[in-house]
Amino acid sequence: MTPVATPFFFYLLSGVALLSAIVMVTKINPVHSALALIVTLLACAGLYMMLYAPFMAGVQIVLYAGGILVMFLFVMMLVNIEHLYVERMMNKQWIVGLAATFGLAILMLGALAHGARTLPQHVIDLPEQNNVQQIGQLLYGRETGYYMFPFEIASILLLVAVVGGVVMAKRRV
Amino acid sequence: MLEIGTLHYVVVGALLFLIGMVGVVTRRNVVIIFMSIELMLSAVNLNLLAFSRLYGLHGQVFALFIAADAAAEAAVGLGILIAFFRNRATVNMDEVDLLKW
Repeated sequence: MTPVATPFFFYLLSGVALLSAIVMVTKINPVHSALALIVTLLACAGLYMMLYAPFMAGVQIVLYAGGILVMFLFVMMLVNIEHLYVERMMNKQWIVGLAATFGLAILMLGALAHGARTLPQHVIDLPEQNNVQQIGQLLYGRETGYYMFPFEIASILLLVAVVGGVVMAKRRV
Repeated sequence: MLEIGTLHYVVVGALLFLIGMVGVVTRRNVVIIFMSIELMLSAVNLNLLAFSRLYGLHGQVFALFIAADAAAEAAVGLGILIAFFRNRATVNMDEVDLLKW
């Protein structure tokens, strides 16, 4: 199977994703952080497209970059941010937090260095033309619907989240 | 034209996860902490899709469930943020310490 994109696109997309993720973490104003996060999520959608997952790329653009980030921007309009530039950006235990992150980075590096040999070398054939049909077969198929019960659990989770969001944001219940 | 190896994608996912973890453990603003959690979930999705290319389509279905979980988490978290801002008139995480002692 011939790959959809050249390695140039992989390095471009992952570089854009990492750079705007760093911008997101280091900006003071949360609106700038939200805009940088949109760029990161769109670059991740491009990476999903390179991994033969066009349905997840569409879901990433519509749900994350279109839905969740708009909700973040709405909530930022409800809370005021005018004292933001005069107060501290980091919390008190940020040195300990950075040390813990560094420890996790060492752990991940060790795991990747030891586990890279066990990865299979050949990729299996994932046809892109009927990607949505195949995911739908795995979700709701008569014989192949392995994920029907988790799908129902996820729908109940979303219902609980809607009710919880309304109860939390309401002035008095 | 050669295919990008799985290890490249896994390394990019690990770096995105670590950047998100830096945002969660060092920032004070609750909104940026929530956005960092979204970034960590997206990095996990990247890992799942990279392994889905090796082992079959089940990883993509699981990534779909993680996207649904991210939406639910953002809805409940932003509701909690609005209630918190109404009570305390701040969005700083380290001023919520009532349960610490």
